[in-house]
Amino acid sequence: MKFFRILGRSIRDAFKSVGRNFSLSLASISCIIITLIIVAISIVVGYNVDNFSSELKKDLTIVAFVSNDADEVNIAKLKLDIESISNVESITFRSKTEIKEEMMKEDEAFKNAMSEWDDTENPLQHTYLIKVKDIEKIGETATTIKNLDSIDVVKYGEGMVDQLVTVFKVVQKVSIFAVLALILMTMFLIVNTIKLTIFSRKREISIMRLVGASNFAIKLPFVVEGMILGFIGSIIPVCILIYGYYALYNYFGGKLFTDLIKLVRPEPFIYIASLVVIGIGILVGMIGSGRAVRKYLKV
Amino acid sequence: MEFIKFNGVTKQYKNGVVAIYDLNLSIEKGDFCFIIGGSGSGKSTLIKMLYREEKPTKGEIILGGIRVNKLRNSKVYKLRRKLGIVFQDYRLLPKANVYENVAFALEAIGVKKSEIRPKVLKAIELVGLKSKLRDYPDNLSGGEQQRVAIARAIVNEPKLLICDEPTGNLDPVMSQEIVELLDTINKKEGTTVIMVTHDKTIVNSMKKHVIALKEGHLFKDYKEGEYVDEIL
Repeated sequence: MKFFRILGRSIRDAFKSVGRNFSLSLASISCIIITLIIVAISIVVGYNVDNFSSELKKDLTIVAFVSNDADEVNIAKLKLDIESISNVESITFRSKTEIKEEMMKEDEAFKNAMSEWDDTENPLQHTYLIKVKDIEKIGETATTIKNLDSIDVVKYGEGMVDQLVTVFKVVQKVSIFAVLALILMTMFLIVNTIKLTIFSRKREISIMRLVGASNFAIKLPFVVEGMILGFIGSIIPVCILIYGYYALYNYFGGKLFTDLIKLVRPEPFIYIASLVVIGIGILVGMIGSGRAVRKYLKV
Repeated sequence: MEFIKFNGVTKQYKNGVVAIYDLNLSIEKGDFCFIIGGSGSGKSTLIKMLYREEKPTKGEIILGGIRVNKLRNSKVYKLRRKLGIVFQDYRLLPKANVYENVAFALEAIGVKKSEIRPKVLKAIELVGLKSKLRDYPDNLSGGEQQRVAIARAIVNEPKLLICDEPTGNLDPVMSQEIVELLDTINKKEGTTVIMVTHDKTIVNSMKKHVIALKEGHLFKDYKEGEYVDEIL
């Protein structure tokens, strides 16, 4: 009960103090807003990059083109050979006829050109689409498949994928660095806000110490004040995050420039991200004020 | 019964100044004791060590059975809840009225609201400021402000009331009133009172236990009723 009384008093005092040192509180809140907007952007970028990378990995397929000399027995044997490779998870066969039909459906020009082809004239090749268990070993597996009889060419688009992932990873690292730098700057500002509060309430604090208020009871209002600053500072970034991401998602139709890069669906992602942003805001405020109290309060 | 005991207490500050040197003294429970001495005699250091604002460099301080010098920083607040402290400069909250100033001492330690009101009213009545409950410190005389500070110090019914030159800013008439108020509290509530002062007239008018310090040493321990001829 005593804890709640002290907590209630601390919350009341903290709100009063935010109002009393309004201009400095506003400076801290502004700094928190900027930091958290960048945090929010980093979360959006980071999570999308992560999602993109893992989706890409999931979609990564080895396409093995079967030599046109192979007969049905060879093709059937090939399937067994590929299945016996330990890293192979699944295997799908697509005949050249199926491929032709698909291509004809996709494009009118293909349709005109290909409609004349019969099975003997069809220059396309039968293919095996192979998914692997361990993506790291996709190169090794591709080589093993390539060396099998009746395999003409093996392809897997790792070159382009690796480049894309590298670019996104750099973006991710830069944003993490920027966020950390901004968080430190914000903490510094909060330390100064709370320091000023402590200064303006020096007498009150000295009386509290003399009448036997516990360190916890003395520190709590300041820590709560930091948390309030952090919470208020997180409101605008959260709004930007929610409305901004919805707008972005709808504007691009859920994908970025190409079908390859799909955006993460807004729900529940942005709500979880919003909670994270609010949490970071409160935590930054709390730690910043905690440091100020420890540093400037002789308790 | 010994309530406060200093055993071979020495206090040396970080800058090398020795404020108290090998001090031995004792104060009885329910005693009213003056601490006198000139500037730099160690009076303030002595009482600061009592409420654990300072720690002795050597020796032992026992207050109501608590070894003050052994007390961990995190437990100091428990000691202070048993003490009331009054300063020369009153240390009141300027934006709080008389009632709020006194209640603050209880709110800060998490006392229930329903318990606060009767305790505060009792303390304010004891110091004779019942008619000024809603007045702010700026509208009170020096003597009245000191009464508010005393009410705040006694509101939690402390075992010991420490007064650091409480009459230093007051004229002789008001000073006498304040000391008489402290005497009343001492007699009525049984609170042990330690008062640091320079004022020889007050000391001799009260005929109480007097501890005289000189340059950090115990110069003389006057028993009750003994005449103090000079304040060093």
